[in-house]
Amino acid sequence: MSQNISINVHHLTRVEGHGNIVVDVKNGKIEKMQWQVPEAPRFFEAMVRGRHYTEVARVTSRICGICSIGHTLASVKATENALGIQVTSQTFKLRSIIKHAENFDSHILHIYFLVAPDLFSVPSVFPLVPTHTEVVVRALRMKRLGHEWGSLLGGRTTHPNRVIPGGFAEYPTEEELKILRQRLINVQPDIDATVQTVLSVADKLPSFERPTEYMALSSDTEYALYDGRIQTVMPDGTKQRWPVADYKTCTNEYMVPQSTAKYTKNKMASYMAGALARFNNNYDLLNPEAKKLAETLKFKPLCFNPYMNSVAQLVEVVHSVKDTIRLLDEVLGAGCRPEELVKPTKFDRGQGAVEVPRGILFHEYGYDKNGMCTGGNCIIPTNQNHANIQLDLEALVPKLLAAHKDEKAIELGLEMLVRAYDPCISCSTHYLKVEFKR
Amino acid sequence: MSTKRKVKVAFFDFSCCEGCQVELTNLSDPIFVGLLDHIEFVEFREVMKERTTEPIDIAFIEGSFTRESDRARLENIRKRASIVIAYGACAATAGINAMKNHTADYREFVYGKDASMPQLDSQKALPVSAAIKVDYALHGCPMDRAEFVRVVSHLLHGKEPVIPNYPVCVECKMRETVCRYDLDDHCLGLVARAGCGAPCPADGIPCEACRGFWDHPNEEAIEEILKSKGKLSPERARDKTRMFTSTMRRDA
Repeated sequence: MSQNISINVHHLTRVEGHGNIVVDVKNGKIEKMQWQVPEAPRFFEAMVRGRHYTEVARVTSRICGICSIGHTLASVKATENALGIQVTSQTFKLRSIIKHAENFDSHILHIYFLVAPDLFSVPSVFPLVPTHTEVVVRALRMKRLGHEWGSLLGGRTTHPNRVIPGGFAEYPTEEELKILRQRLINVQPDIDATVQTVLSVADKLPSFERPTEYMALSSDTEYALYDGRIQTVMPDGTKQRWPVADYKTCTNEYMVPQSTAKYTKNKMASYMAGALARFNNNYDLLNPEAKKLAETLKFKPLCFNPYMNSVAQLVEVVHSVKDTIRLLDEVLGAGCRPEELVKPTKFDRGQGAVEVPRGILFHEYGYDKNGMCTGGNCIIPTNQNHANIQLDLEALVPKLLAAHKDEKAIELGLEMLVRAYDPCISCSTHYLKVEFKR
Repeated sequence: MSTKRKVKVAFFDFSCCEGCQVELTNLSDPIFVGLLDHIEFVEFREVMKERTTEPIDIAFIEGSFTRESDRARLENIRKRASIVIAYGACAATAGINAMKNHTADYREFVYGKDASMPQLDSQKALPVSAAIKVDYALHGCPMDRAEFVRVVSHLLHGKEPVIPNYPVCVECKMRETVCRYDLDDHCLGLVARAGCGAPCPADGIPCEACRGFWDHPNEEAIEEILKSKGKLSPERARDKTRMFTSTMRRDA
């Protein structure tokens, strides 16, 4: 085969942040295959130095506009861990509910606005407004639910202001929680319609498998999103767990010569984080309705197809709705009431981890005796996925070449692969700067 | 602008979290679909593959100007657009990105031994107006959705947009929020630009001036009040306005 291919996707569209895909094939031989990240650096870890512990989460939430709830939660949890704060059971449940809201909200945004256009063969959601009005309006209606669900707990969803160390600064009323519960029941027809929409285009999802290691938070009692321990599942199904405090030895950040975006690895050359990683690790603890959907879609763990990450997100959409109804029943059953903030008992170092839509997120901070931050460290899911994306692309390009795909088809296949990861590049390069020559 | 032709709108992003773009998807279905009757998105990388070389009526620029290499891209947007709007705090004032501006060692702190790698060079974070002429600013972190709709509506009707220029305290009084200083807390509402409706004090946290200072902030007085009424240490009182208003301080 003497194929020449030159792909240069500069600032890949329909992803959060800036990334490039560069492929050079000369006479059928791959000379260059890179996933590049030219996002501007922002230096958050240095910015939190000297800030009071009550301010830190409001700084680090600004790492990402899509997962700012998750950054706030990871930050507040790390601070609480450093300050010896044990939150109440009500706080734990309300935070679990806002975590569900973020995953629902972000997954709907990703499935409908970022992934669906490829499956409908249009460049963006806007051409669908006249041709598939009902689908677009449904997407916006579900997005609105996710936003109002999160805002009820967080005050707002982009940089929530009510989640603070020790608990919540303000509470929803029981009446508001009851209305939310009813809305989560009423959304079922929209979910059913979403499943039908996905089924109608499911054959457009490429079949490509590359077994890898999958990392996610894991718990014995629930499908871990707000809390749990670090776990990975290997391609042979072997699972291992570590405490969150050991996050550095599980992520092993390193620099590579061809990119200044930090990469991570654990046991294998790379690992994947995100909805598919959670699905592969924690399938057994999904809500029965979510499992039923997975069965309908013939989707079961272990799944090695990264394009299926979007389908795992859909399964999680159902899980988050159902599990929030369960949590609301518990909170309302006990009576939701404002609580005093739990006060610090020490000032030390602490770590916190949550599952954001794109995967496992770690925050760590140190505090001096006055509660002032001495430094921080954040390890972001997309950062953890960069190496896995690169290795996927390296495995995928030869397959597409062997199938005699033309340049346009290869480009689309590669773009769709990167989009499937739902990368959040502002996040992953929250302090990195990369300059690439075109 | 003619009502027959849809107004061509584009979004561009620089150094930021892109949360202000996400806020557009939170406008709710009737408002978003309603807007599409009047405007046409011609470029919006986060949600569109389409790009344009045609003139743009309104360009919204999100994010701060943090490196010289971005200047040409900004100048190109300015050349193509009739109206340029700094979209959100990062673009309007450099916002949270400027928190590091007064320090010299942030690279070493984050990178350690790798700090001298040439690609890690980064300038101070500056507002977009440091590189190109900006016609209007949508303030806030995130920007306020109602204000976005209002400003777009004003421009569609050929009206001069009105951006509030008075302190957040005014809005707390209007919604009858108890002052943070009366609850043993502190607050920057006295010097912060209003227009958000003061949601933070109402939600139990201090205003940190994410919309920047209003035009006449008394910096000496706020530092004094943070110490005497807010009980902040002298260092905290001095640094409190570095969160979102670093580039607006007298010492910037």
